Amino acid sequence: MQYLPQATHSEDRGRTITMNLTRRELLSKTTKWILLTGAAATAWDYVLAGKADASPNYDMTKHWWAMVIDVDKCIGCGNCVRACEAENDVPEGFFRTWVERYHIEDWQSDHPDVDSSNGGHDGFAEKYKSGKNFFVPKLCNHCADSPCVQVCPVGATFRTPDGVVLVDEKYCLGCRYCIQACPYGCRFLNPKKNTADKCTLCYHRITQGLTTACCEACPTQARVLADLKNPKDPVHEFLRTHNVQVLKPQMATGAKVFYKNLDGSVR
Amino acid sequence: METILHAVEGYMYLNEVELQWSILIVLYPYITGLVAGAFILASLERVFKVEAVKPTYRLALLTALAFLLVAPLPLQLHLGHPERSFEMYLTPHKSSAMAMFGFVYLWYLMVVLLMEIWLDYRKDIVAGAESATGWKKWIYKLLTLGSRNVSPAALRVDDKVGYFITLIGIPSAFLLHGYVGFIFGSIKANPWWSSPLMPVVFIFSAMVSGIAAVLLLYMLTSKLRKVRIDMRCVDTIGRYLLYTFIIDFSLEMLDLIHRIYEADESLKALDFMVHTKLYFSQVILQIGLGTLVPIALLGLTQIAKLSDGVRKVIYAVCGSLTMVSIFAMRWNIVIGGQLFSKSFLGYTTYKMGFATREGLLPAVALVVLPLIILYVLVKLLPPWHKNEAAA
Repeated sequence: MQYLPQATHSEDRGRTITMNLTRRELLSKTTKWILLTGAAATAWDYVLAGKADASPNYDMTKHWWAMVIDVDKCIGCGNCVRACEAENDVPEGFFRTWVERYHIEDWQSDHPDVDSSNGGHDGFAEKYKSGKNFFVPKLCNHCADSPCVQVCPVGATFRTPDGVVLVDEKYCLGCRYCIQACPYGCRFLNPKKNTADKCTLCYHRITQGLTTACCEACPTQARVLADLKNPKDPVHEFLRTHNVQVLKPQMATGAKVFYKNLDGSVR
Repeated sequence: METILHAVEGYMYLNEVELQWSILIVLYPYITGLVAGAFILASLERVFKVEAVKPTYRLALLTALAFLLVAPLPLQLHLGHPERSFEMYLTPHKSSAMAMFGFVYLWYLMVVLLMEIWLDYRKDIVAGAESATGWKKWIYKLLTLGSRNVSPAALRVDDKVGYFITLIGIPSAFLLHGYVGFIFGSIKANPWWSSPLMPVVFIFSAMVSGIAAVLLLYMLTSKLRKVRIDMRCVDTIGRYLLYTFIIDFSLEMLDLIHRIYEADESLKALDFMVHTKLYFSQVILQIGLGTLVPIALLGLTQIAKLSDGVRKVIYAVCGSLTMVSIFAMRWNIVIGGQLFSKSFLGYTTYKMGFATREGLLPAVALVVLPLIILYVLVKLLPPWHKNEAAA
């Protein structure tokens, strides 16, 4: 939560209007409704506004996006990887999100066996009978103090006011410095566009009021999109009541993908 | 993709399997290092009045220029969108270490190197504009930039300004290459690179490679021109090579010992790498053949009385080994830094193409190109006086 730039409260507008009508607003509304009937009043609203409002009314300053991942819930089915690939046209051999399988025997906790065949795209064949086994979905951490944004020589990669790290593919030089700077291996050079590519947190979806493709496809709700600026988002209670960790906290990148019950061996 | 995955041992983040920075990015610090080193050698004569290295002064400046002109080419060739590279000048991102390269480069090229060479050669250029014939006359006329005043008073001004530019040039050369080191040293995600020593190591290795390059070029051009090699000059350069090499090696060993002693979480991965994938290029080439042998041989010239012929052979061998060593060092940093996973759980392999855009062939071409440029520069602006050839 230390990454919240401002603790502003987003409001459910419709409710606020009906709950907090002033006398003046009440009179004005009543007069309007008396003078004009239903449809005409609606039309008049549009005339006054000048143009139709975009839907939904997305305000960048009212969100601060993050993701919460419950490691215990991930079954390694690969639905998220497939959904991401389909949604975002991810080139073959590269991954905006992927799933890693960890296998740890009790005596080798500092050197786990990790595999991620095709990024977990096709799920995982059963392999281990003993030890500690679990899946870790990975994606861009949309860091608040992102090293990739810091190093981009032209500012083609940037953090949006609502906390999403994006790449302007019309501006990126393809120098790949950002790929080197990412501690989590989340970036790659798109072989078709010759520009840096990575998870956008489905920005085209979340700004329309939808969740990300990976979260939508997850059958166990192991990954859930979270809006840290929305006080009604269940993420707040989740973060309060669970043991939550980010990847490589020593990197101090302000990572915003929060893992519940993350094993200490995960890198 | 399948073939690349076979080259992976252990676990790598999937997007890391293919290397991002190729042999071209190895050339970039190698070439800029030669520029900085050659310039620093030239400035020895000018600022520190080391008369013995005077025969190499102009050659060193022209070498620096030839390599500096080529320095941005490997970067351009490597970019996904080279046509957008000019954006670095128009909209540089202030927090990016890389964004400043264009400005540092331009400063060094326009303000330091071209100015110094022009001022030093002005007398020769004006003479050429008057005595040369054909197309050469026109080139010299153009190079005079309209100033034909070579009176003693004007030359005195040239000399003073030239001295001042060399004074600015020395920190600029340090800046140019120290800055290249910072590009790598400031990447906290990569423990192989992330080190405050990196810029310092880069500066000293640059001096080592630049001094060796000028030493070799001086000996080679003297041989080609059938001119006696000035032993006082090569002895002095050899001595400087030894001193800078010792400092450079000490710094690198300090870095290594520090890593081994600290033994943080990355050490196992890095240690494994040095013993396997980088064993030949780091232990054998860079440290053994490329550093210890030259230091031993150059040390020998300091303590034993050796004949001129033997010393010449030693300088030629040491110069060549040094060039290999510094190339290996750049290779081990750039390529080595990408061979292990940032998860510290696996390793990949660098597969270099041949006639591809970032393959071996363009890399070789980029090393030969500065030598061709140097040949043209030497023809146009001879670094030695005509009467010297008769000596």
